[in-house]
Amino acid sequence: MRRWTRTMTLATSVITAGALVAACGAGETREQSKGEAGSSDVGITEDTVTIGAHFPLTGVAAPGYSEIPTGMKAYFDYVNAQGGVDGRKIEFLVRDDGYNPTNTSQVTNELVLKDEIFAMVGGLGTPTHAAVVDFLNSEQVPDLFVSSGSIQWGDQPEEKPFTFGWQPDYESEGKIIGQYVAENMPDAKVGLFLQDDDLGRDSEKGVRRFLDKQIVGVERYTSGNTDVAPQIAGLQAKGADLVLSFNTPSYTALSQLVAMKLNYKPKWFYANIGSDPNLVGSLLSKFSEGAVDGAAPLDGVLTTEYIPGVDSEDDPWIQLWQKVWDEYGDQGDLTNYRVYGMSKAYAFVQALMAAGPDPTREGIVDAVEQWDTSWPGPELAPFRFSEDSHLGISGMRIVELKGGVGKELTPVLVTDIGDAPIEEDTSGQSDDAPAESGLPEIEPVG
Amino acid sequence: MSMLAAPLHRVSRSTLLRHLAVALIGLVVVILVLESTSTFRNAQFAAMAYLGIAAGGLTVLTGLNGQISLGHGAFMAFGAYSTALLYREAEPVLPVVGVLLVATVVALLVGALVGVAAARLHGPYLAGATLALAVAVPGMAIFFGDSLGGEQGLNVRVPDVPGWFADAVFFLTAHDVTASKYVAYIGWLALIVTFVLLANLSRSRVGRVWRAVRDDEVAAELAGINLGRARVLAFLVSAGCAGLAGAVMAMAVRITAPSGFTLTLSLTLLTAVVLGGLGSLLGALIGAALLTFLPQVVTGVGHDLGLSDVQSAELAPLVYGLVMVLVILLAPAGIVGSLRGWRRSRRETT
Repeated sequence: MRRWTRTMTLATSVITAGALVAACGAGETREQSKGEAGSSDVGITEDTVTIGAHFPLTGVAAPGYSEIPTGMKAYFDYVNAQGGVDGRKIEFLVRDDGYNPTNTSQVTNELVLKDEIFAMVGGLGTPTHAAVVDFLNSEQVPDLFVSSGSIQWGDQPEEKPFTFGWQPDYESEGKIIGQYVAENMPDAKVGLFLQDDDLGRDSEKGVRRFLDKQIVGVERYTSGNTDVAPQIAGLQAKGADLVLSFNTPSYTALSQLVAMKLNYKPKWFYANIGSDPNLVGSLLSKFSEGAVDGAAPLDGVLTTEYIPGVDSEDDPWIQLWQKVWDEYGDQGDLTNYRVYGMSKAYAFVQALMAAGPDPTREGIVDAVEQWDTSWPGPELAPFRFSEDSHLGISGMRIVELKGGVGKELTPVLVTDIGDAPIEEDTSGQSDDAPAESGLPEIEPVG
Repeated sequence: MSMLAAPLHRVSRSTLLRHLAVALIGLVVVILVLESTSTFRNAQFAAMAYLGIAAGGLTVLTGLNGQISLGHGAFMAFGAYSTALLYREAEPVLPVVGVLLVATVVALLVGALVGVAAARLHGPYLAGATLALAVAVPGMAIFFGDSLGGEQGLNVRVPDVPGWFADAVFFLTAHDVTASKYVAYIGWLALIVTFVLLANLSRSRVGRVWRAVRDDEVAAELAGINLGRARVLAFLVSAGCAGLAGAVMAMAVRITAPSGFTLTLSLTLLTAVVLGGLGSLLGALIGAALLTFLPQVVTGVGHDLGLSDVQSAELAPLVYGLVMVLVILLAPAGIVGSLRGWRRSRRETT
């Protein structure tokens, strides 16, 4: 016991002394991280811009979604190879959150506090990003182009001034789909198959504006629960002959398989997020252990598109993306997810150029709010960015899948949340093409 | 020297005073570490604190009482959801300490309910029952989606740093207290309090009863110990710890969603306990540290080696599995357990 006491006394005195030494720090001025030559803000140096994002690289949500950052990276490498933006190379840090908000919170801490990113670009997922959106705004980190169509990224810019959406929000998509069905299939008995989160909720709100009376059944599933037989059987029992599905790709495959088992053959209309023919096709053959052949079941399925997909080989944007992927991509082919990533990366480069030669966090937010809708970009309809709205692309067109290729059924239709009308887009956004260099050509705004 | 020796001798004789002395040293170390590390590390230490609290509770249950729980993530969910519900508005009804207490009590009550059932179950059956709990509880949050936020969960407000606290820390260290650092302090203070209570409990009559039940239940029963009551109490205490851990987790993560409380979390806690060494609080802490720091370090090493993002992300669970295999092969009693065994055998030979 005596020896123990002595050790203890020693330990206590050492630590107390240490604490006193640490306390002597009082009165020092705090270190300033700014002030290096050529750095206008956190994450910016004379020759680099560091940005980051969280994606599910492992786990259930990884198929498809983990390809998005590879597309973004390929385009940034392409830009860097041509000298970068204002002489700065873009460094893109990708962190895995496994689609678990606890991990999102941890990796975002790492990106913002340790890696000191200038901006978060394209962080993916509604529940995951919701975990960090307040943190990013309180730390005043630009939170650009969230990879999710929830309206919460853009409908209240005064509460989340640093956050911007990118793709069309789910409510607007629901409205466009609802109006199309009401006009072209007025006798259809409509069933809704919804993911039980913002995706399902916002979409249902939009759809109900036009189809309230036509809807015969609504079924919801929880992401992660792979048994959707009760829901699909429920729609079958209600006699729905047109199913509008707002779900992720895995659930497109699952709903198709269950319907086949039940011998249920309604007309299917999948929202954009769940309709990638290649991924759904490979999931179908995987889930059925080869019994179902690829994307054949998706023939005749209706869906929407808001950027050109890999099937439009003649589109100048797809030609650019193909060239970029061939030169700077990893292994694997160009997919719609990589196209999505590149389109997003392009928008970030536009924003960075617009923010001027010495970009600041405030500056890039201002630049995005003053987005000029005449800037060419891959999106089919213009962005809605302004001081009052941080919602992204304003519209989409409806297509029918034939052999994995989308056939246009409508022109590009644009709208907004709430009771904004649905109109044909006249901005010409869908006809523009990238510049010869493949880089945006944008003068600083403001 | 003799003037000092007498009180010191008393300190070393009394279990409570000795634990308080260790706690005081712990507190000083925590302050030194939190003040000398970056905000990012502070946030990581907050994560280590909540994993440590939950693992501490679990190690008491498993190590001292011999009950295995695969469902402690569920108790963390109860604590986290209580916190989220109490700590959403700009003007919270309770101060932080109150919220932590309520979260602990809620988990404690649920633990009592489960514990009554668990007291009749042994080994694999208990594991099975608690496994069901781990699977079912996230589903409850979805079932009561209107009040619990469904799949997307509930956002938790970051606690405001009280003025007196910020002043005190600035006076001592000349650093401003960020929200992350404040949460780390909350977590570590909660951890120290919990560990002092757990350490005292395990040294007390209650702890001896738990050990007796673990080692030989027939003998324990013959000695007049009520097996059921001892098991329920152990379950209750460790569920309460998990609830407190969940509360700290909610504040550190800033969101409480079902996907944060999957079976993986429960298994993670069990791994922390096994890695560190069953029944040792220090072991629980070491396990929590490994769980917190290993993935990020390994991913970083993967990046430095030039692996792609996906490959580096996949490296972390691989290395983690390897560490687990190595610990079980080379140090079957866990890190702390094996070190103790090694020290004991050395002392015996000299």
